[in-house]
Amino acid sequence: MGERDDDQAVRLDGNVAAGLLTELFCCEPSEAVIVCAGCGAAAPIGGLMAYALEMGAILRCPHCDTAVLRVGVAGPTRWVDMRGAASMRFSIAN
Amino acid sequence: MAGTTVSGRLVWLLASVSARRVETPRSITLHLKADAWPGHLPGQHVDVRLTAPDGYRAQRSYSIASAPSRGQLELTVEDLDDGEVSPYLAKELQPGDQLELRGPIGGYFTWTEADGGPLLLVAGGSGIVPLMSMLRYRHDIGSMMPTTLLYSSRAWDEIIYRDELEQFGGDKGLRVIHTLTRSQPDGWDGYTRRIDAAMLGAVAGNPAPTSLAYICGPTPLVESVANGLVLLNYAASQIKTERFGPTGG
Repeated sequence: MGERDDDQAVRLDGNVAAGLLTELFCCEPSEAVIVCAGCGAAAPIGGLMAYALEMGAILRCPHCDTAVLRVGVAGPTRWVDMRGAASMRFSIAN
Repeated sequence: MAGTTVSGRLVWLLASVSARRVETPRSITLHLKADAWPGHLPGQHVDVRLTAPDGYRAQRSYSIASAPSRGQLELTVEDLDDGEVSPYLAKELQPGDQLELRGPIGGYFTWTEADGGPLLLVAGGSGIVPLMSMLRYRHDIGSMMPTTLLYSSRAWDEIIYRDELEQFGGDKGLRVIHTLTRSQPDGWDGYTRRIDAAMLGAVAGNPAPTSLAYICGPTPLVESVANGLVLLNYAASQIKTERFGPTGG
């Protein structure tokens, strides 16, 4: 909230990026838990804040706003920056 | 159903429109047939992709309206004035037409009986769609899970699935509460304002330790309701949100 209130118009839930992220990972990652490198909070990807879904997605920590996962899309190329994530934990069950 | 819907790579499927149903003056439901559709969980969505003759592509996400128990794939689409994809889906597509989709997508904003409850479902406008998939599923399996739907619409004739929700009103353990924010029919004795803290307090009360809340609608509504539920002592982990944003379409 606060300084990013102007962004309310473009703020969505991480869940909406699940299609894009499933292109990258071995399985549907909405329930994968990311630990934020900024504040240490853990949140499932579906519960992160998502921005800018046309050219890719920026997924931000709901607690401190750190960009934990950034994905750029250019034709068949995918560019992934996870420097804001301390870790990512997910299940490969199924 | 388990094990068939969340794994594997996403591929674009060609789907054809088998039927089209008008829901309200601004929304329609498309019944789709896609070969190799793997089934879905209540609350999941699909990505829909349109390609123009010049190769320009537009892609949007749409929630699935149908219950997995019905073996069909239905999308309800609101015709947004400034949308790029939605007006085409809502006005132009006819039975026999084809479109590309991939899914089901999203393992987060989903509910099956194994997830527990009681359930509080809060919808604004076409935010009802993924929650309707949950309610249809709940109805079809005969679930008694205590469930409250609080649904904000602008007017009586803009309530999507109005008749079906009325029929569900007889289901054990289900309460359906509407608020009509712009105009109300004669004799309306329900809520007439946007969802606020007082309304949430009256409708939702105190959460049980196992309560789950699902909120879907325009971003301001979702954030205001989520904040309101936190004040009612819902834990963040008990609240799942799906924001449509202002231009979902």
